[in-house]
Amino acid sequence: MTTTKAVRPPNRPAGGGAGDAVKGVLRSRWIGPIGLFAGAVAPILIATPYAMNVMTSALIFVMLAVGLNIVVGQCGLLDLGYAAFFAVGAYTSGILATRLHWPLFATVPAVIVVTVLAGIVVGGPTLRLRSDYLAIVTLGFGEIIRVTANNLDITGGPEGIYGIPSLSVGGVDLGNSVVFYYVVLAIVACAVLGANRLIRSRLGRAWRFIREDEDAAEAMGVHTYRVKMAAYIAGAVWGGLAGVLFGAQLSAISPASFTFLQSALVLMAVVLGGMGSTPGVVIGALFVTMLPEALRGLSDYRYFAFGALLIIVMVLRPQGLWPARTREPERTARRSTRPTPLDSEVSGR
Amino acid sequence: MTQIIWNGLFVGSFYALVALGYSMVYGIMKLLNFAHGDLYMVGAFVGFALLTSFSGFTATLSLVALLVVLLLSMVGTGLAGVAIERIAYRPLRNAPRLSLLITAVGASFALEYGMRIVAGPNPQVYPVRLGGSSVHVLGARIGVAQLVLIGVAIALMVALNAMVMRSRQGRAMRAIALDPVASRLMGVDVNRVIARAFFIGSALAGAAGVMAGSYYGSINFLMGFIIGLKAFTAAVIGGIGSFKGAMLGGVVLGLLEAFGTHYLGGQWRDVFAFAFLILFLTVRPTGLLGERVTERV
Repeated sequence: MTTTKAVRPPNRPAGGGAGDAVKGVLRSRWIGPIGLFAGAVAPILIATPYAMNVMTSALIFVMLAVGLNIVVGQCGLLDLGYAAFFAVGAYTSGILATRLHWPLFATVPAVIVVTVLAGIVVGGPTLRLRSDYLAIVTLGFGEIIRVTANNLDITGGPEGIYGIPSLSVGGVDLGNSVVFYYVVLAIVACAVLGANRLIRSRLGRAWRFIREDEDAAEAMGVHTYRVKMAAYIAGAVWGGLAGVLFGAQLSAISPASFTFLQSALVLMAVVLGGMGSTPGVVIGALFVTMLPEALRGLSDYRYFAFGALLIIVMVLRPQGLWPARTREPERTARRSTRPTPLDSEVSGR
Repeated sequence: MTQIIWNGLFVGSFYALVALGYSMVYGIMKLLNFAHGDLYMVGAFVGFALLTSFSGFTATLSLVALLVVLLLSMVGTGLAGVAIERIAYRPLRNAPRLSLLITAVGASFALEYGMRIVAGPNPQVYPVRLGGSSVHVLGARIGVAQLVLIGVAIALMVALNAMVMRSRQGRAMRAIALDPVASRLMGVDVNRVIARAFFIGSALAGAAGVMAGSYYGSINFLMGFIIGLKAFTAAVIGGIGSFKGAMLGGVVLGLLEAFGTHYLGGQWRDVFAFAFLILFLTVRPTGLLGERVTERV
């Protein structure tokens, strides 16, 4: 989960003070393990079914947010229909599990294939469009998926699919809420780690380059179309796998779970946390899922507050609560002084 | 057949009216005003509030009273649009486009759920219902109310077009669309002109909202979302930023939907519209009447 090493850039004076302390904490490589540890300890402190439910949902949401972060935060492609991929994953695995009685883990390869196809179908014709056209087209795609799920027989229409089995490995049922929580925690941790590895790869730098200046990236030889497509597909796979977990958690899915509201909530997590920063996005996702639980009494004002908060955060803090670094000083500094085999393997391809 | 075309033209004129506001705001500040569809909803609710408070008069003078209410709602919605621009968009004038788009999504949510707090989650029944007499033209049944609404829509579009193409204000808007910095250097008050564009665009959306409310009879706080999408689709099909394109796109989309509904069934209408949008954009990214935009680097 750590994005940077806690090495101070050599050209910056080594001043002390609170600002540096905060920066040190934010950049610490221990943030990921600490977060994982906190997640692992949490059920020991509170293990009521309600708490487990909320925490599991929050983890699934973290996975969604990390996936969308690849598309929006890294590559700068605004996707307003991300719930579509979530739905595609949930429905694919739900249909295979209930109609063909596949175990849920066995549906994962199929889900990956279908979400990759979905990513290509949306991305293929539209990624040449400019940002705001792309935003609306993805939004339209989200609506298409939802309305289709609402009207087809195989998706169960408005009632959706119910009776989705819980996760099991070799006949051992993992349906107990605490066990399921740990399984989800492990999967989501892998997903976060995986996303972070992608972000730090050569491909990840190409994504950020496109976000900063697409024309310059193209001029420097980045195949922008292909690279954007890669971001889209990665985001789609993350969303689809989160959909599998979602179906396993609730044992039922319906089109009502995949509305624009859902897409907007994931987007909010990404923006609020800090576009492009993995720890920020994780915090944003936890914030977005936990806050409504904390504000349960205000249910009517929830989404109003949500909209107002989006505006306020954007106006006051456009970079998010925990923004990503905008430069890449550590990497260049490290490479010029101490080229490691890992470095050449990651970036020298 | 004639009936389908007529229905398409009718729905299309609503789309066109909302799409005009989209197109105008986009043309001037290159912002996709996500909250535009929700201003349509605000317009419908403002009209609803006015009509219920004047319910004594409307019983007798329904059409005239409706026109007065229409004007007042346009003013109300226009002011709401200006307020949104002031609060959510102006502070981000020099920010990246992505953050502007996100505040627009936020504004959309704030409007929808703010209205939900004010007016409640249940659909409201419009006190004035335009139904009544109809005429038969070429085998189609055409309501008089429909004719009046289309007439109002066309009048509003013509007025807007004249304003943008002929007046000083319109020239200022076109100048800002071309180059905001140069316009400011030449003495154009950019903020004021943009606020005015928001006022006009929102007022048109509000008018469409009142008209839709009085035609369909029921309004709810989420009604703006889908129409906003449709209006954007219309604007894109016509070529975003172009007024004639927005009108043409609205009519084309209305006709497409009418035929799609007839042959595929109503539940697939939205799927049809968006699938068409995606296909259309891949073939012609600048729309029917749009000019090729050269991006300034």
